Amino acid sequence: MNLRTVNKPVRKIDAMQLVTGQPVYTDDIAPRDCLIIKLLRSPYANAWIREIDTSRAKATPGVWDVYTWEDVRQDGRRFTCAGQTYPEPSPYDRLLLDRHMRYVGDVAAIVAGETERAVDLAIKKIRVAYEVSEPLLDFRQAKDNRILVHPEDNWETLAAVGADNLRNLCAHDESAEGDIEKTLKESDIVLDRVYHTKACQQTMMETFRTFCTIDTYGRLHVVSSTQIVFHCRRILANALHIPKSMIRVSKPRIGGGFGAKQTVIAELYPAFVTWKTKKPSKLILSREESMTASTPRHEMEMHVRIGASKDGEIQGIDLYTLSNTGAYGEHGPTTVGLSGHKSIPLYGKAKAYRFVSDVVYTNVMSAGAYRGYGATQGIFAVESAVNELAEMLGIDPILLREKNMVRQGQKMPAYYGLMNTSCALDRCLAKVKEMIKWDEKYPVRFVGNGKVRSVGISMAMQSSGIPGVDVGSATLKVNDEGFYTLLIGAADMGTGCDTILAQIAAEALECPMENITVFGADTDASPYDSGSYASSTTYVTGKAVEQCARELRERIVALGAKILDVPAEAAFFDGREVIFDDDGERKSISLHRIAAYSMDGNTIALEVTKTNSSPVSPPPFMVGAAEVEIDLQTGEIKVIEFDACVDCGTPVNTNLARVQAEGGILQGIGMALTENITYNGKGKLYENSLMQYKIPSRTDIGHIHVAFENSYEESGPFGAKSIGEVVINTPPAAIADAVFHATGKRFYELPITPEQIAMSQI
Amino acid sequence: MTVTVELNSRKVTRNIEPDMLLIDFVRAEGCYSVKRGCETSNCGLCTVFLDGLPVLSCSVLAARADNRKVTTLEGLLEEAKEFGAFLADEGAEQCGFCNPGFLMNAIALFREKPEPTEQEIREYLAGNLCRCSGYEGQLRAILKFLEWKKERGHK
Repeated sequence: MNLRTVNKPVRKIDAMQLVTGQPVYTDDIAPRDCLIIKLLRSPYANAWIREIDTSRAKATPGVWDVYTWEDVRQDGRRFTCAGQTYPEPSPYDRLLLDRHMRYVGDVAAIVAGETERAVDLAIKKIRVAYEVSEPLLDFRQAKDNRILVHPEDNWETLAAVGADNLRNLCAHDESAEGDIEKTLKESDIVLDRVYHTKACQQTMMETFRTFCTIDTYGRLHVVSSTQIVFHCRRILANALHIPKSMIRVSKPRIGGGFGAKQTVIAELYPAFVTWKTKKPSKLILSREESMTASTPRHEMEMHVRIGASKDGEIQGIDLYTLSNTGAYGEHGPTTVGLSGHKSIPLYGKAKAYRFVSDVVYTNVMSAGAYRGYGATQGIFAVESAVNELAEMLGIDPILLREKNMVRQGQKMPAYYGLMNTSCALDRCLAKVKEMIKWDEKYPVRFVGNGKVRSVGISMAMQSSGIPGVDVGSATLKVNDEGFYTLLIGAADMGTGCDTILAQIAAEALECPMENITVFGADTDASPYDSGSYASSTTYVTGKAVEQCARELRERIVALGAKILDVPAEAAFFDGREVIFDDDGERKSISLHRIAAYSMDGNTIALEVTKTNSSPVSPPPFMVGAAEVEIDLQTGEIKVIEFDACVDCGTPVNTNLARVQAEGGILQGIGMALTENITYNGKGKLYENSLMQYKIPSRTDIGHIHVAFENSYEESGPFGAKSIGEVVINTPPAAIADAVFHATGKRFYELPITPEQIAMSQI
Repeated sequence: MTVTVELNSRKVTRNIEPDMLLIDFVRAEGCYSVKRGCETSNCGLCTVFLDGLPVLSCSVLAARADNRKVTTLEGLLEEAKEFGAFLADEGAEQCGFCNPGFLMNAIALFREKPEPTEQEIREYLAGNLCRCSGYEGQLRAILKFLEWKKERGHK
């Protein structure tokens, strides 16, 4: 296919605005007279508010009002903050202000005032008497524990996900194909291991933030750094118990999301305050609040059993995942599914699989959506197990994968029984083997001075949207002089989807990028879109854009033919003109003139909306290999090279695909080596700042090299699949195996710290 | 207290609270490029020049800028566009939120060391965190920009 705009390194259409620091983010455009909101948070992991005295706080000069649980009906309907399609799988377990504090950081009071100083002072003047209970902190003990995180009567689940609040269960699921017990019994070798990953933080540079105003019609206008404007509208209506018609949500530029902003975090409070006071208000979460009271990755413990024949044929995979959703169930029932359904299918030859999962409530901050969404955890476990299996069998880990990996055209039983329609995983593996010079470097080399260098590898997959659920839409219209407006409800959070979707439109309309302007996302004006998550935007919304552009072409031809007074069937559009050419009789009219005509006595709308949803979700695939250097004396470890190859179908924007991959890989490296989460005995999180929660800096990494081996996905726009999430999934298992090759010690928990490495050498 | 600051070549005299931070001062003056990413001096997003040298404006009192020159990206737009174009050509701006602080410090680097080595680039900019890009695209942009400047200099 001869592509002109797609599969090119097109500059992002907002790039120059961003690099010159223009005021395009939430806090840059908030009204200057906003009430400032701050939140009083619980110091206890499990407590009830016996009394709360706000009189002195309310009397503080400059304070507008203070709200507590007494301002919210405790027997009212609960809601979830998870940005998911209704009816949400996540349980309705929240109130906007609750008398029961379920983690250190739960909101006890909202303070709104004219200045930050006044609000800070007022917060200190609130007196709370807590009735403190023993918290439930160990997620392994949570199921059927006598301490209940959600004992309340109005806890509710809308979907059959196996949830039971009286058992601390947010979800339970089982799926299988073949007889796993028999398969494992008949296997020559069975590896049985338990892996643990923690509640890593998305750590986007812009913390959660929202401002609200009341619009001309008395409606609540919410401007927020969110990936999900439409879900946000529903969630706020649920939380405030007001009609959805009274809410408009729009998003400006977003300073990073990574899934964090797929959950409503900041929006609740300014929405509540502005609705009550009818005054503009804003809430900017501090970094500390973003680290301690948001929705990070689900902590998971994964018990893997893999059976294989002596010659290295994987026979069956059995996985049990225990997931910790924390105090509230955001994304609990869904993330856990990916830990199995996006790890087990990597091995296409297995005769049987079983995947059982429990998701439990505990008294720590709620988990949520973070790039990878459970697949990251599951792939760490399964790929680590396969690496260890290779060692037990005495087979090179690459060779073991060559023997067993899923291939194009295979049915994937553990991937909802779908066909693997486009897959270059085999080519990715071969490419990475060559990039990292595996045969020279595997497994380990001593480089002197007490240092060793070693390599490790991992494969990964993800999905491209939620099949049969996610909806993507696009509206395209022709304007004066023939430029187009593309309206979307998907949210560009830095990933570049405004640009990518414009590229798809430009390709299908045969016009330069400059002819397309993009608008989004705004619930009042955008066509409906589930939002930007689940690796759906390029594949699901991108296809809607392509279909929309094709239908708009037909409208342009229809109007052009009408003006030319020729039959539409005999005319065509070449991106510039509608042309009629019948045996030498040639007539044409430019888009410029058609556009002018469309605004003058015209009845054919040059505007089309298309909505797309896909029954399938073709997985992107990836292989990543790490070379680490370890000082065996100090345990100091550095990834000196990470080589990866991605199959995302056709990369719509080659630059942005590469940067997505590089960025995701470094996040994965952070998860593997430095991003730790630890609590004290009372449930208080230690890593509450960028000082303690160590995301990689540019001195912490050698080089990341990314290559692409493209398959072509027929159902995607110009052959594209997704890339946003798969890219975070390979570093953990690859690095853990490299560490083993260097130290002889296997690590089953992340992060793998220098201290642990040094201690393993004693 | 009253302070007079030369902010992007414009003298502003304001009555401020003694504990006002420089980041809040410059944002109140409309310099919205200056972002707050943490409260612990880790992220580099709030980098501005104080008398021409990069500082973290979240860790400097506005009072300290009295009778001094403060420069934000708003005051360096030509340089920002020139180098920023290279960042844009790599797609490495991504969400853009860390860009202003990163550009400020990169411009400081180029002024201080016109021909830095890769290691010097990494070390000079180590305090500028970015969660989107994995830093590789930023590095490519810097190297290509330096190459371009060198070629232009030869001409």
